[in-house]
Amino acid sequence: MAETIRIQTPFTEEMSRKLKAGDSVLITGKIYSARDAAHKVMTEALARGEELPIDWHDKIVYYLGPTPAKPGDPIGSAGPTTSGRMDAYTPTMLDQGIKGMIGKGSRKPEVIESMKKNGVTYFAAVGGAAALIAKSIKKYEVIAYGDLGPEALAELTVEDFPAIVVIDSEGNDFYEIGQKPYRKL
Amino acid sequence: MREIQVSTITEAVKKLCMDAAYYLPNDVYESLKAGRETEESPVGAVVLDQIIKNAEIAKDEDRPICQDTGMTIVFLEVGQDVHFVGGDLKEAINAGVAAGYIDGYLRKSVVAEPLFNRKNTQNNTPAIIYTEIVPGDKIKIDVELKGFGSENKSGVKMLVPADGVQGVKDAVLEIVKKAGPNPCPPMVVGVGIGGTMDQAALLSKKALLRSTTERNPMPEYAQLEAEICENINKTGIGPQLGGSTTALAVSIEWGPTHIAGLPVAVTICCHAARHAEVVL
Repeated sequence: MAETIRIQTPFTEEMSRKLKAGDSVLITGKIYSARDAAHKVMTEALARGEELPIDWHDKIVYYLGPTPAKPGDPIGSAGPTTSGRMDAYTPTMLDQGIKGMIGKGSRKPEVIESMKKNGVTYFAAVGGAAALIAKSIKKYEVIAYGDLGPEALAELTVEDFPAIVVIDSEGNDFYEIGQKPYRKL
Repeated sequence: MREIQVSTITEAVKKLCMDAAYYLPNDVYESLKAGRETEESPVGAVVLDQIIKNAEIAKDEDRPICQDTGMTIVFLEVGQDVHFVGGDLKEAINAGVAAGYIDGYLRKSVVAEPLFNRKNTQNNTPAIIYTEIVPGDKIKIDVELKGFGSENKSGVKMLVPADGVQGVKDAVLEIVKKAGPNPCPPMVVGVGIGGTMDQAALLSKKALLRSTTERNPMPEYAQLEAEICENINKTGIGPQLGGSTTALAVSIEWGPTHIAGLPVAVTICCHAARHAEVVL
């Protein structure tokens, strides 16, 4: 594997366009968690012409619904959820200025097209490595939709959050690149 | 007749939920380590290292292995000489689930109604409960925490007898290939063959309770498990980002079926194949 690239947020289009599928990264700064229910609420709000609780320009969204924090901890276990469930909402959300997404699993062609247009990078965190990933999350603060519980929109302060670029802003897909040499059927 | 207080069941279920969420079964852990030894992809090896390290952190610090602590499936084997006293058995089981998820800081992921309201029940109940009456005066409780990243990729194929062994192999492989990297591989694949559509699905869930190192006692099925597992590991899916460790094990359970049918159900489980058992 190539050398690990350190990323400090905000995450701009210029930074995003430099990353290539297969790059290993460590993210430090602020990232924002939202999953199924928050995506539905946000895209519905946009359809009504309303403003969103945060300005998504140059931000990274993390598809996450953590376990509750034990007393004294900033967050519980916090691994990625399946990104594909957000695909229906993603092109709309990328038009809001999001430049990075963290999740797991493959994306639909229309998402990849929107990523190329907007210069967005899709990162994968290791699915199911939730206790390990939580070590890099220093603060968890709900910003909106608190009634959604673990599905709330929240700001996470992260230090050296480990991820891998799976789909870069040119649409190169590391799921395909990574699988090919080991496909024997 | 042996009397058992239902509060005993509540306490047992509570502990099983927490234990299953924190402690990966040892056979799964050992299978992950064996997969790491043979993994051909350098990226796959890095992913497996993280998964193994994650299981160790979860165990040492009593933390959930995965943030999706699942829908709770409770398999109950009740000896016919047992008499439950002190309350309603189903309520007692659900009280145990609620206590385990609240006191254990597990995520509550159950909505009361699936389509229109999707309102979270806030305590992960109701559990899915399967009860079987068996001889004797013991109770065996198995709790499986089923995450939905992998559950969403599970499926059923209603084959016909002429499809035969090859048909079964193809059906399982097709479901696994379609799942791709989404269900958090390396996966454990539960296969149910026979019965009716629902029975095959249940058998595929029960298959996940078996140790990853234990094969079906019937040699034909044991061989089929090995062959399907070998094929899955040739798909290239690997530990999420490509590689040779796609499945840790394939476990088949079978049951009698109709002369016209060959139902095949596949439950895909992520590497966090969480279950715990107690006999009372």
